[in-house]
Amino acid sequence: MPDENTISRRGLFMKLGILFNGVVAVGLAVPVVRYVLSSLTRSRANAYLSWVPLGHINEFPEGETRLATFKNQVVMPSDGETVNTACWVRRIEGEQFQVFAINCAHLGCPVRWFPQSGLFLCPCHGGAYYRDGSRASGPPERGLFEYPHKVENGLIAIQAGELPTPGAPTAALSKERPPCA
Amino acid sequence: MRLISQVGDWLDRRLQLAATVRETAGHRVPRNTASWFYVFGSAALTVFILQIITGILLAVVYVPSAAEAWNSLQLLNHQITLGWYIRALHGWGSEFMIAIVLIHMVQVFLFGAYKYPRELTWIVGVFLLLMTLGMAFSGQVLRFDQDAYWGLGIGASISSRVPILGPATVKLLLGGPIIAGATLSRFFALHVFVIPGLLIAFVGLHLLMVLKLGINDWPMPGRVVNRSTYTEEYEELVKKDGAPFVPYAIWKDLFFTAFVLLAVAACAFYFGPFGPSGRPDPTIIQTAPRPDYFFLWLYALLSLLPPSLETPALLIGPVVVIAGLILLPFLFGEGEKSWRRRPVAVLSIMLIAVTLGTFTHLAGYAPWSPQMNAWSGDPVPQQFLKNTTALERQGALVFQLKQCRNCHALGNEGGQRGPALDQVAVRLTQDQLIRQVIQGGGNMPAYGKNLSPAETTALVSFLMTLHPPGHMPARDAALQHISTAPAAVPQQ
Repeated sequence: MPDENTISRRGLFMKLGILFNGVVAVGLAVPVVRYVLSSLTRSRANAYLSWVPLGHINEFPEGETRLATFKNQVVMPSDGETVNTACWVRRIEGEQFQVFAINCAHLGCPVRWFPQSGLFLCPCHGGAYYRDGSRASGPPERGLFEYPHKVENGLIAIQAGELPTPGAPTAALSKERPPCA
Repeated sequence: MRLISQVGDWLDRRLQLAATVRETAGHRVPRNTASWFYVFGSAALTVFILQIITGILLAVVYVPSAAEAWNSLQLLNHQITLGWYIRALHGWGSEFMIAIVLIHMVQVFLFGAYKYPRELTWIVGVFLLLMTLGMAFSGQVLRFDQDAYWGLGIGASISSRVPILGPATVKLLLGGPIIAGATLSRFFALHVFVIPGLLIAFVGLHLLMVLKLGINDWPMPGRVVNRSTYTEEYEELVKKDGAPFVPYAIWKDLFFTAFVLLAVAACAFYFGPFGPSGRPDPTIIQTAPRPDYFFLWLYALLSLLPPSLETPALLIGPVVVIAGLILLPFLFGEGEKSWRRRPVAVLSIMLIAVTLGTFTHLAGYAPWSPQMNAWSGDPVPQQFLKNTTALERQGALVFQLKQCRNCHALGNEGGQRGPALDQVAVRLTQDQLIRQVIQGGGNMPAYGKNLSPAETTALVSFLMTLHPPGHMPARDAALQHISTAPAAVPQQ
């Protein structure tokens, strides 16, 4: 090949220079990409799926659905009020509970409970759910998201460190894994 | 005077820009393009510059932290001299920018300016539109109030529906598992560095191509674009019937630009800044989030699509629209430019305008959303209770207490989610009413578990009274037939 035979000293150095830059660029890109993706790769196990207490079960009368608020387990100084979250706690009877995410299963707006008509209604696009969280009408394709919960020593606690969305309903994901993972 | 020209000469010996500037300003354009239809691009650019300036001024005070952002907006609105006005200029500037960009796009489309050789100019323009919309959405997020918070939730819910990548996309978008400080920080970076940087680069490219390829000549019916001859014809036209851009055409741009800036300033002064609405506290759930004006059509669409169509429409729709816009100049790169010979183009624009306009109008009063406070606010009007029995009045009470008017209007008060019930007895028989109340259906929840038999009986007997005077309530013809007239009543 004539090209390879006639390559000049300058030409070779230029090619080596480009190669050198390429190697350095890859070396720089790896930490940059890892930094950008850090919100994905951060280990799930420890931080945000721990149990969050909602209060004593006596605060939730039997047969009623009450609003409860809790603070997210992982708090950064810049989070402000956004670490507070609300959820609907339905005490069926005794230690039988259902804890619903506040977010509509359609597009995440905050649903409101209407005890008189026994419905959860969404103010955005008109989704409606029955008292057990199942879909009643409107655009949602499924019932309300449920947080996994447990009752221990008279306290009710839930696993709720993640915004539930139609593509990643927290509860369904965590139900598949052992409860203390 | 001599000093100024000496300084000018000194600078130009070093910069060597004067010749280029003079050449650019004096470049010849076809005389027929010195038109009031050709002013929208320069107006969009001017509003963009206004956005950069007001944006920098706001960034001087704004704190991009979820803990502080809302307070810093209050500071701007109420404490800092004319802070409200700069916010209003930026907010109204964004509305005007989207409007002008859309008008510019329609004009370019109808004048066939996307055809050969300006395909890439159009494609860059499509990306400029997408970035402008991206700026509008991220700007709404920076106004970190209730609408911003729940708007992010909606964004997350939509992105989560992408197959396989959805959950990861949500975390990447939010900067973590929930909407929090990290979310605002990354939207700040997008709104202030990433998208504006890209916008400036793409605007430069867009303008460069307009200069290099020449402004689109006024489309004449019958003057057909042909790849092999167009460039020659255009050069011929400019040579024969051209004029220097400055001052021949630019004065119209200048007038329109000043008019638009004046309009932005007047709207900002008269209507003031947008929000912020309530604090971004997710435990305050008494809120009905609404998007900004240019996203209202989407809000309506998301309510009206059938549930089964929604995810495909959300995921495939944007891809189809963007791909269509990008492919447009390749599919129709030649041929007639004039809108007078392109009826499909004109009809498409009209159809899109009517569709978006209708959706935006509907979103203004959101008939699909239940009235969250109808039950406590409006008692059953008296005229519906006159001459009623005790059972029927009991039914009216059930009607009130079970909040039927969250979704149904009575006497023009109440939700529009379901049909108005003023004349429901004419439409449904007693049995049909009972079935509808207990089992629901047709987008109505079932109330069987929530009503005792006595309540249902009372409610339905009240509903049976809801018919205009003189009108018979609906009856089951078949039953009538059996009980009263066994012979000749035809069945419905």
